[in-house]
Amino acid sequence: MESSRSQSVADIAIHERGLIAPAAGSRAKVLDRLRLGDTAFRQLTRAAAIGVLVLLSAVIFSLFRGSIPALKTFGFGFLASERWNPVTENFGALPAIYGTVITSFVAMLFAVPIGLMIAFFLTELCPQWLRRPIGIAIELLAGIPSIIYGIWGLFVFAPFLQETLQPFLIGTLGNAPLIGPLFGGPPYGIGLLTAGLILAIMVLPFITSISRDVFEAVPAVLKEAAYGIGCTKWEVVRNVVLPYARVGVIGGIMLALGRALGETMAVTFVIGNAHRISASLLAPGTTISATIANEFTEAVGDLYTSALIALGLILFVITFIVLAIARYLLLRIERRIG
Amino acid sequence: MSEIILQSRYRRRRRRNAAATVLALAATAVGLGWLVLILGALLWQGFSGLSLVVFTEMTPPPGSAGGLLNPIIGSLMLTALAVLIGTPIGILAGTYMAEYGRHDVLTTVVRFINDILLSAPSIVVGLFIYEVMVAPMGHFSGLAGGVALAVLVIPVVVRTTEDMLTLVPNALREAATSIGLPRSLTITRICYRAARAGMLTGVLLAVARISGETAPLLFTSLNNQFWSTNLNAPISSLPVVIFQFALSPYKDWQALAWTGALIITMAVLALSITARALVATGKQS
Repeated sequence: MESSRSQSVADIAIHERGLIAPAAGSRAKVLDRLRLGDTAFRQLTRAAAIGVLVLLSAVIFSLFRGSIPALKTFGFGFLASERWNPVTENFGALPAIYGTVITSFVAMLFAVPIGLMIAFFLTELCPQWLRRPIGIAIELLAGIPSIIYGIWGLFVFAPFLQETLQPFLIGTLGNAPLIGPLFGGPPYGIGLLTAGLILAIMVLPFITSISRDVFEAVPAVLKEAAYGIGCTKWEVVRNVVLPYARVGVIGGIMLALGRALGETMAVTFVIGNAHRISASLLAPGTTISATIANEFTEAVGDLYTSALIALGLILFVITFIVLAIARYLLLRIERRIG
Repeated sequence: MSEIILQSRYRRRRRRNAAATVLALAATAVGLGWLVLILGALLWQGFSGLSLVVFTEMTPPPGSAGGLLNPIIGSLMLTALAVLIGTPIGILAGTYMAEYGRHDVLTTVVRFINDILLSAPSIVVGLFIYEVMVAPMGHFSGLAGGVALAVLVIPVVVRTTEDMLTLVPNALREAATSIGLPRSLTITRICYRAARAGMLTGVLLAVARISGETAPLLFTSLNNQFWSTNLNAPISSLPVVIFQFALSPYKDWQALAWTGALIITMAVLALSITARALVATGKQS
């Protein structure tokens, strides 16, 4: 029995490799080769898996090495300084960090409620046959390359805002107490608000598709119990579905935030690339990624280049933390569901 | 008396539900509306410029007519290079995670890190490749651009390969093992075949992801005004040309940027729809 089985192994192998003459000696050789090939393949896949880890470490290491000159010159003051002067080689990251945070905040302010409401629509209100097409259409928004959002934002969206929304905001909220300065100044069209709104459209599909998935994973019994005591659809979503799916929804939001923070091209087109911190959301500003995209190829001198790489390091560390939290939360809900 | 209170409370709940329903409808309309607005603008602005000339002539100097041949070829070459480099690494890593180390610590860590790389800012990848390839070599090159895109391909392929191999029924592996097939042949001859459609989907999604990527190319492959297929020199690519032309003050260039944007978007949408169809047929069979 044993011998007939090993014979069949060798025969298959010989057949597979296209070898002829299955003499006893060559059969043993083939088996040896198979064993070797097996080990080699296993080690190769293992090396590739470890390669992914090496890749991440290499990214962090090389960014760190590249930013050493800037960090040595400016120290921690780099994070707090508002100056950005290539001529005198005086650099600070604060305006870029400020712009990154503000545009992402504006994006989340719009994308979270809209994304959650679409998920509510798709899971509770929408007729069954329409769910897939609408879901796919929303996800297509995520497939459109960011440079397309950029060119559309610059030529279509920004002029539109300049003529409609921004004068309206300046006219009404611009004179309001407390929040007035946020909407001061002339309507440029481009600026922090425009960039934030474009980011909101871009991250919307991430929030929608993850929220929809976790909404659908809520046990039907819970929802049926709520419907059974006479809850309306909104009450079911608000008081049963949302609390149950909370962790997953937050995970999805963090994932979208990670995307918004690092998004480059769309923002570069509409941010205005101005290294200053303005009170007004309508004023041009800059973000970390837009600064790098705009200035890196034109950066003359080691210190300038190094300052830009240091910006990249800051961006990577921030997004890494946000994305790690997102993954941790999503992992937790995945374990609970499955 | 309490009857009236109950009545009004009931009405309030109904009103609140109606308001939420309207808001949800409005949100969905907004989401779909954006898609229509963006695609509409692309078609409106880009379609008029779409002609054979676009595919047969080089990028023009400012103020004259021309096409997008060199960036189109450049983009195809960079994408092919990235897929050639990234796919094998991604498939091998995904294979380890699904076949050899499904439950070990390495797999858990790699999955976590890979998911982060999946959404990591692509401009950082550009900086990374600049540091490790462009700066040491002393010049920008198509090769560096291809490697930068490959870094973006790897996480997508790893993810789909692992997912798809995990879906392959264990009975297939057991059957292969029972006739004495070595592990490596079980994987390459049985599991890969069973998961073929899904793995191909992963590659298509990766291509869709990188074909519009601009940020990692800005300081790796840079740009080239002239016809060049030399991977050791700066090479033109569609996204970078769109970036340059759209921000220029010349009307001809801006029109070409719109046409290029239309081409990229159509290509990306076609790829992602094909990928979805592939998954759908895979699920049915």
